[in-house]
Amino acid sequence: MSTAMQDRPGAKTFSRGIHPAENKELAEHQAIEVVPTPAEVLIPLLQHVGPPCNASVKAKDEVTVGSKIAASEAFISAPIHATIDGVVGRATVATLPNGRHVEAIPIKAGAQKNTPEEIKRDFLGGEWSTANLERFTSEQIVAAVREAGIVGQGGAGFPTSVKIAMNPKKPVDTVLVNGCECEPYLTADHRLMLESPASIITGALLCARASGADRILIAIEDNKPDAVAAMEKAATGTPIKIVVLKTKYPMGGEKQTILSSTGRIVPTGGLPLDVGVVVVNVATASAIARAVLRNKPLTHRIITVTGAGIRNPKNLLAPIGISYGELIEFCGGLTPEARRVVAGGPMMGFTIGNLATPVTKGTSGITVMTEDDLSSCAETACVRCGRCVDVCPVNLVPTKLALASRHQDWELAKRYHILACIECGCCGYSCPANIPLVQLIRMGKAKARE
Amino acid sequence: MENKMSEEQQKTAAQETAMPAPSLEVAPGPHLHTTALSTRRMMADVLIALVPLIVVALAVFRMGAVRQLVVCTVAALVAEYLFNTMRKKPFSLGDGSAAITGVILALSLPGTAPWYVGAIGSFAAIGLGKVVFGGLGQNIFNPAMVGRAFVMIAFPAAVGASAYVDASAVVEAVTRATPLTALKQEGLPTTLMDLFLGNTNGSLGETSALACLIGGLYLCLRRTASWEIPAGVITAVGVIAGLMNLTDLQAHWTVLHHILGGALLFGAFFIATDPVSSPLTPKGKWIFGAGVGALVMLLRKLSGYPEGVMFAVLIMNALVPLINRWTIPVPVGGPVPAPKS
Repeated sequence: MSTAMQDRPGAKTFSRGIHPAENKELAEHQAIEVVPTPAEVLIPLLQHVGPPCNASVKAKDEVTVGSKIAASEAFISAPIHATIDGVVGRATVATLPNGRHVEAIPIKAGAQKNTPEEIKRDFLGGEWSTANLERFTSEQIVAAVREAGIVGQGGAGFPTSVKIAMNPKKPVDTVLVNGCECEPYLTADHRLMLESPASIITGALLCARASGADRILIAIEDNKPDAVAAMEKAATGTPIKIVVLKTKYPMGGEKQTILSSTGRIVPTGGLPLDVGVVVVNVATASAIARAVLRNKPLTHRIITVTGAGIRNPKNLLAPIGISYGELIEFCGGLTPEARRVVAGGPMMGFTIGNLATPVTKGTSGITVMTEDDLSSCAETACVRCGRCVDVCPVNLVPTKLALASRHQDWELAKRYHILACIECGCCGYSCPANIPLVQLIRMGKAKARE
Repeated sequence: MENKMSEEQQKTAAQETAMPAPSLEVAPGPHLHTTALSTRRMMADVLIALVPLIVVALAVFRMGAVRQLVVCTVAALVAEYLFNTMRKKPFSLGDGSAAITGVILALSLPGTAPWYVGAIGSFAAIGLGKVVFGGLGQNIFNPAMVGRAFVMIAFPAAVGASAYVDASAVVEAVTRATPLTALKQEGLPTTLMDLFLGNTNGSLGETSALACLIGGLYLCLRRTASWEIPAGVITAVGVIAGLMNLTDLQAHWTVLHHILGGALLFGAFFIATDPVSSPLTPKGKWIFGAGVGALVMLLRKLSGYPEGVMFAVLIMNALVPLINRWTIPVPVGGPVPAPKS
């Protein structure tokens, strides 16, 4: 094992990064509510990294919550399930917030078997026993997670079954459950840690069993002391350790979380697996527990609907495939000042122009920004002040990368390590000249890969 | 009042009946932006930091300082306006960069220099120093130093060492040679207290080490100037002057004389820190600062000029692209691996 693999405690923080206004108070005290079943959901057949799924139902088929409606033979994939009781409609195309067009299946709601209270109890409440988890083998857990269609709920959407499966070439010694939630405004993970800590604990234990890890850490930023307390209480009697990290953006980026909590550095272009770590988001851990203990697929997720452009910010337990517009409507609608509807948080989220867009397994929030939140200043010349260099968590020179992209000088871009960029947005946040650094670098990355 | 009420009621009623449809925009992230920072704010910081230097200049040089500051600032703004109009570029006096160039140029000149020296220097600073490279952010050299170098070569009698002595000055110090000239020609030391407070002759902005430190620390605390650059300059001067002291224990100038005297602190905090013409990374800034400090000591010791800050900064400006290339930071996690194919 290399030196990076040795057990260093981690400094609880990482170099550079930023401290944007958190604005979490808008939604952090709103208990999770179940959204009333919409008249129709539109379920995209690609909600994960990997090839799209193929529909296994046809129009007019009757489905219930949890029926499998699409799957793929590919190894890196996750099946997709019906999220409401109803009737399948004609397949159509949905546009996801990242601009990708994917095939999607609409389901028209029929009579719902479960009441909102039952749905909430099924997801968050009840018993999440940590006893006797040895009865599940690694293979059983991985199979259950695959069958349940679980993908990383932090947003990247990597199929979880692939991540947690034992890899004989790259043994794993640590499961790191990520409860940092460093994006400003978002509080979905925070609420989950408060309202269902036991499911996260059980999920983490199952994850460790599946991957063969003997150490389990749960990383939480120190701006959520109530979540730390709840998780510590729930972890009593288990080997799980809660690691309290300094609040800083982008702490929740998995490379930053790993570095801060274990001291290990994931190589550029590598995976957490390369340093013996599996990282899962708290919501993913909870979904794993539900899949294994209750044999239930991923049909709903917790979504924060927040921002100054929302009348009543809330944390919602919503069926996947419901539209952004319906969630916003349930939160009282947009205020007249609303200007941008962002899928996710304000740092890394994409704006959406069409509120009929469906939410997916990776949607952690909807942040509606107003004119006041947004910088209206025009772009000015770069004076090479170096702020972007001072805040880049990866230690890049963003202004050079943006310049190289603008001049289409891909050699210069590569010399300055453009592909190491994680697109966290720290540079764009800090630039006094309002240069669209992230957008330029994103373009450069796409070109440099060619 | 009633009218107003009913209007508001109508508005809310309209919102309730029709779903409020604010015009939504689609734009790239991040959707949050720091409000603490803008290019204008940075420029304003520099002007604020220059206030203590201007106050000392006015106290020591009186009308000479007033004339030079007014002439250079006005000329720099006029030059910026004219060149922008010629190039059909948008109005840019608002960003404050031209005003800063004018004030720094004025503070780097002697109070005795005739008005046309300041005016021509300002035009050279803006025109040759900045506009020919493409305007703000594109220039290689510090514009104010380009202007000063221009007038130093064009008007040696008005800007050279002997021009500083002003027999008719109100403040006694100004009737004497500058501390570095006194040292170079007659080996006369100046007291550290005079150098610290500014009771000496010299260019307008450089006399008081205290004023430079106050303004400079403000700039560094605001992080408008990178502290690595003055730290590099002062470290290099300290080390080299210290070695010189050790080899010549009778030297009139100690390490502190070299740091507090001449334009060193003015240059370290206000000229070398110009972000456009200095390196991007902390490591590069250290190298740049140390280079400036070493060249200053080389020029002070070996060249025919008593002081070397201007040439030191210009030479190091020319090396910035090379320093940037040498100091490309390695990403956390190492370089990007070559594609497998």
